[in-house]
Amino acid sequence: MMTVSLIVFLIVALITLGSALMVVIARNLVHSALWLVLTLFGVAILFGLLQAGFLAVVQVVIYIGAISILIIFAIMLTRRIASDTGPRFNENWGWALGISLMMFAALVWVIVSWPGFHVQAQPLDARFEPVVELGKALVSPNGYVLPFELASVLLLAALIGAIVIAWERKPEGR
Amino acid sequence: MIPLSYYLIFAAGLFSIGLFGVLARKNAIAILIGIELMLNAVNVNLVAFWRYRTPGMIAGQVFTVIVLAVAAAEVAVGLALFISIYRRRDTIAADQIDLMKW
Repeated sequence: MMTVSLIVFLIVALITLGSALMVVIARNLVHSALWLVLTLFGVAILFGLLQAGFLAVVQVVIYIGAISILIIFAIMLTRRIASDTGPRFNENWGWALGISLMMFAALVWVIVSWPGFHVQAQPLDARFEPVVELGKALVSPNGYVLPFELASVLLLAALIGAIVIAWERKPEGR
Repeated sequence: MIPLSYYLIFAAGLFSIGLFGVLARKNAIAILIGIELMLNAVNVNLVAFWRYRTPGMIAGQVFTVIVLAVAAAEVAVGLALFISIYRRRDTIAADQIDLMKW
């Protein structure tokens, strides 16, 4: 039975996969990054369909708002290669295509042969608040406070590392 | 309603496209974008399994948040590296950055 959510899912999934393909094959890197924004937005809509509204918002804010903008900045800073003149694929792209297709076929085979193939979503408990539960789980000692703190420290270390790596050192005495 | 398998097959497709980007593209930033696509496919899988298999436990969403944090850290360090390499070598084509290649 075709329901509204199924139709929405199919349209969004097709657009997302199509734009993901454009991300990979676009010649101009700026176009690639813009297609990436569309792909990430499609994934955010899928999160919404899965009733993970908070993650949909986080996806838009962090991925589209921060990560893609960062990527576009990096592309602008390495401007001369933004409009590639040379080939955009390396000479092994045929192997890459074969490996990707085999990977996809293997994954689909595993999924299809799994007994839970047609499992349907049970409606969420009306008293179950995903955002409240997520917040509690992230800071509760019985939950995930340690991975959460580790992720925070990792982010801090990555930020400091990024600054140190990208720091332009002036050569001394010149 | 949408069966779980639709989400899984969608995520498999997204992952494979990202894998192709990582393996085939020349530009290092394009490779990083491919990794982002793969991480997003993983996130879709995590959230779909949370919704369909264990909707009473929040673990799937917690893992998704942590994957997001790791992805942000990876992008920050990766782009800083590429900018630094570009400054010194004037290229970020992955096949020309071969200083550490034996």
